[in-house]
Amino acid sequence: MATDIIRRPARPSLWRNPAIRGIAYQILFVAAVVALGAFLFHNVLVNLSRQHIATGFGFLEEEAKFGIGESLIPYSPADAYARAFLVGLLNTLYVAAIGIVLATILGTVVGIARLSRNWLISKLARIYVETFRNIPLLLQLFFWWGLLRESAPAPRQSWEPLPDVFISNRGIAFPLPNPDPTHGWMALALCVGVVATIGISRWARQRQAGTGEQFPTGWVGLALILGLPLIVFLGGGAPLALDRPELKGFNFVGGHAVSPEFAALLLGLVVYTGTFIAEIVRAGILAVSWGQSEAAMALGLKPGHRTRLIVLPQALRVIIPPMTSQYLSLTKNSSLAVAIGYPDLVSIANTTLNQTGQAVEGIAMIMAVYLTISLTISVLMNLYNRSVALVER
Amino acid sequence: MTIRRWSGALAAVGFVLDFGVAAQAGPTLDKVKQAGQISCGVPTGIAGFAAPDSQGHWAGFDVDVCRALSAAIFGAADKVKYVPLTAQQRFTALQSGEVDLLSNNTTDTLLRDTQLGLNFAPVVFYDGQGFMVPKKLGVKSAKELNGATICVQPGTTTELNLADYFRANKMEFKPVVIEKLDEALNAFFSGRCDVYTGDSSAVNANRLSQAPNPDDYIILPERISKEPLAPVVRHGDEEWTDIVRWVVYALIEAEEKGITQKNVDDMVKSDDPNIKRMLGVTPGMGKALGLDEKWAYNEIKLVGNYGEIFDRTLGKDTELKFERGLNNLWTHGGLIYAMPIR
Repeated sequence: MATDIIRRPARPSLWRNPAIRGIAYQILFVAAVVALGAFLFHNVLVNLSRQHIATGFGFLEEEAKFGIGESLIPYSPADAYARAFLVGLLNTLYVAAIGIVLATILGTVVGIARLSRNWLISKLARIYVETFRNIPLLLQLFFWWGLLRESAPAPRQSWEPLPDVFISNRGIAFPLPNPDPTHGWMALALCVGVVATIGISRWARQRQAGTGEQFPTGWVGLALILGLPLIVFLGGGAPLALDRPELKGFNFVGGHAVSPEFAALLLGLVVYTGTFIAEIVRAGILAVSWGQSEAAMALGLKPGHRTRLIVLPQALRVIIPPMTSQYLSLTKNSSLAVAIGYPDLVSIANTTLNQTGQAVEGIAMIMAVYLTISLTISVLMNLYNRSVALVER
Repeated sequence: MTIRRWSGALAAVGFVLDFGVAAQAGPTLDKVKQAGQISCGVPTGIAGFAAPDSQGHWAGFDVDVCRALSAAIFGAADKVKYVPLTAQQRFTALQSGEVDLLSNNTTDTLLRDTQLGLNFAPVVFYDGQGFMVPKKLGVKSAKELNGATICVQPGTTTELNLADYFRANKMEFKPVVIEKLDEALNAFFSGRCDVYTGDSSAVNANRLSQAPNPDDYIILPERISKEPLAPVVRHGDEEWTDIVRWVVYALIEAEEKGITQKNVDDMVKSDDPNIKRMLGVTPGMGKALGLDEKWAYNEIKLVGNYGEIFDRTLGKDTELKFERGLNNLWTHGGLIYAMPIR
């Protein structure tokens, strides 16, 4: 009797079919999410219009009316909010890009130093990591900012450690070469040098694979990359007229100046993120078993080759994924700039939404921008990761 | 701290998740009565306007406006929750319902009144923007500030006036924009900026209370803007707007009529019909506002009239020693004027 029941294939109703049921649930879920989203959106509009608060992105074309302290592009209060927003975005990208490069360098050096057999170096590296990793970044920013502000003298008493480089509580002012057409050609020469070096290294690798003969790619590449622009520079008559900073009235005019806010933010981000990167690098190197190095030594590889050809490629596989999250968090942490007065995206968007009252639009724009930046970094790092990942054949 | 910094985001979420039923009569008064207290947005600390005293109680001119409102509604001046807000946080805090009103040195402007969905109560303090500079800079006029670095708070009319003024006078400046008042002042006093700018009375209060040595700093003579400071409420609750308006007018009217904290009990026996109406001896005014008939009596009894508040918090009884100036009664050459309470 029992076997009877099992054997008889009761014709399942549509609802009993797991596949169909699964699809139905998914459709229901998506519909619920969409409905909730639409309801919330509608609710926002109702609430805003009830309180007579303006909506829409029309405000972006209005005159911004407020000043911004530092900008990579020309900006004046007569420009539109959209331009002010762009200024903030560029400031964020600027500090994040430099921060990522410097934090990577610092983190790598410290990470390797922690593994050093020199007692002092490894302990110092450890103290650095443990200290700065465990203090909230915001406090560190206030610390650096206060230090730069309080310890440096007023502009009229500024220090001049190098000719025409002035350090004061307004930041560091240094000379920049006046623009000259030769500089453009130098940049071109640099590009040519880089491309030629890449070509040579390919050729050298193929030749080595074919004949076993080695080619000093490193030295030749260095000569090309540095030498070509230098030849152009000398050929162009060595134009090096400097735009020197000069104390005029209240501040230094001319040259280029790094503000204490930017310096404090950069320092804070680099020192803080550097600790995490150091630990990631250390973990990556430790993850390559000692046997690999021993095998390399047994094959007679020199220490440099051992690191470059055996240890590093394997360590990178471990290092890159967590490194991506550090780059992401550095970029996002740059929004703390608002606390110390660096005009980053959040700072300017906050001012904008405060002057226009359009909080929803302003916050939506901030979120969209950070999302875009973060996803871009992720994509780039994932591409790089794929190139170093273990290729299974 | 970080939460506050994202008050814009909180407000945005507030608009998304606020399912409140709109347009009941006087939802704010009902809410306040039910909570048993008024949530009042005040500055984060300006001596004389709003700052905690030595016992940790909030005191100052802005604070007394909240206390007067509390006295009028509850018959007790201390039913207030003070929410310190920076210039940048204040509007979102009001719009999202975190506070019931702002008594926050807020300038009444057209765009705030319209685009931000706010309503302004009568002006309680007439101010103008000024510049503070270190004496040793040797600057005598704002016209000499070309190229200066200027510390300023974001989200203020100050920030905009500053840019306007330099544009109009074809001068350049470098703003250093810092949200927290204390940080902005620290930056100025440590020499990061040549100039600190804000409403001149508040700047002067900052100079006297926070400068390492107040005499090392001066306020330049120019007043580059009009800054009529007024309490602010949300647009759309007219009953609440009316209450705040008339609570302010009653403070002024009391000074005009010579009713003080001391003599208010005698004034109840006055034969002046205006005084009788105002103090609730002749009923009607309280009912019209939806308050107790003794609303104005309580204000004056518990907090004092406009002149008393001014003298106690900013004027001659304080270290600040502000002149009444524009903030004197219209009968004494100032701009302070109350609409008739009738």
